[in-house]
Amino acid sequence: MEPYICSESIHAMDLNQRFEDYIAADQKIEAKDWMPDDYRKTLIRQISQHAHSEIIGMLPEGNWITRAPSLQRKAILLAKVQDEAGHGLYLYSAAETLGAQRDDLMDALIEGRAKYSSIFNYPTLTWADMGAIGWLVDGAAIMNQVPLCKCSYGPYARAMVRVCKEESFHQRQGFQIMLNLCEGTDEQREMAQDSLNRWWWPSLMMFGPNDESSTHNEQSMRWKIKRFSNDELRQRFVDMTIPQVELLGLTVPDKDLKWNQSTGHYEMGAIDWQEFFNVIAGNGPCNKERIAARKKAHRDGQWVRQAASAYAEKMRTKVTPNQTNAA
Amino acid sequence: MSSESSKWPLWEVFVRSRQGLSHKHVGSLHASDATMAIANARDVYTRRQEGVSIWVLPAEAISASSPADKDILFDPANDKVYRHPTFYTLPDEVKNM
Repeated sequence: MEPYICSESIHAMDLNQRFEDYIAADQKIEAKDWMPDDYRKTLIRQISQHAHSEIIGMLPEGNWITRAPSLQRKAILLAKVQDEAGHGLYLYSAAETLGAQRDDLMDALIEGRAKYSSIFNYPTLTWADMGAIGWLVDGAAIMNQVPLCKCSYGPYARAMVRVCKEESFHQRQGFQIMLNLCEGTDEQREMAQDSLNRWWWPSLMMFGPNDESSTHNEQSMRWKIKRFSNDELRQRFVDMTIPQVELLGLTVPDKDLKWNQSTGHYEMGAIDWQEFFNVIAGNGPCNKERIAARKKAHRDGQWVRQAASAYAEKMRTKVTPNQTNAA
Repeated sequence: MSSESSKWPLWEVFVRSRQGLSHKHVGSLHASDATMAIANARDVYTRRQEGVSIWVLPAEAISASSPADKDILFDPANDKVYRHPTFYTLPDEVKNM
């Protein structure tokens, strides 16, 4: 669609004022409404990174589809991974409403120029990781995404409503895997504990840097793209999850974690931000493998895309006997 | 490394959630033709029985009003409150009207 071009009678100041008024009144901004360039850029960056995360997020779990312990588990995992693909597509569409081009976004991802959630650069070593990912990673994602349903940009907010509806099954199926393992043999419990040990800190890192060092926090809050700060959401996640950890009979790998009676919150130990920035910078355990897998999928699908285009073109230009007669 | 799929047109997707309701816009997707657009729409937008019927149409076929014309188009309705039944006060004796 054509980008909206303001008519000369409306001064840029008025447009900006109208935008600010909309934001102040909690009105949604829609695709063709005037918006500041930085608002548009911020959204394209955030939505496309979110979309990439969904797409790359299919890989760690895809790793276990062929080795799921039962047919039902396999069906569930397939459905979950298919959902992630769908979420990626909703989000790419939302980014496109802002004028981004799908192929630019795709190219940025497979050429390694785009960011995505650092969590997906960790390997999935055991079946218990399918449990920990659903429970913790999807749990943290839900914590991040629920407030985004109220984001000021309409198409993003609507995509998030769909995503959140679908995510709740993801978290539950993960928790159920953990529960089954914890009710099983010693070996299974150890597997669950080992998985929690490996995924706990990366899950907490999913909320992003601490508020004082987060570069995008303040402006995004003002524009009502973000509703809560990284630290607020992380705290909420820890408070919600620790009782679940206890229910499973497991422990989190944080010796400094303690309940604070007076605040009514858990206090957590320091996060290793060096690790976080290192993974973001491309040096996590699986960064290269993830991009290579994405590249291969893109390359392997090329002939299919070409065939579909050729077929569509052929059908468009095909002259049927009727048309010949009419002419 | 530009992908061929980006040259595929954008389709807007409308889904009828159940018989008796109208089709509602749910989102958009890229596809090479209408048949593929419907197949993709089915996978992307109706994985949980969200619909019984799908419409797809090329996004470029949609003409839309401009946000700049919002006031010109819709504000005049503001002062025509007599179009709403609540404009008319009725004696208490009149029930069911």
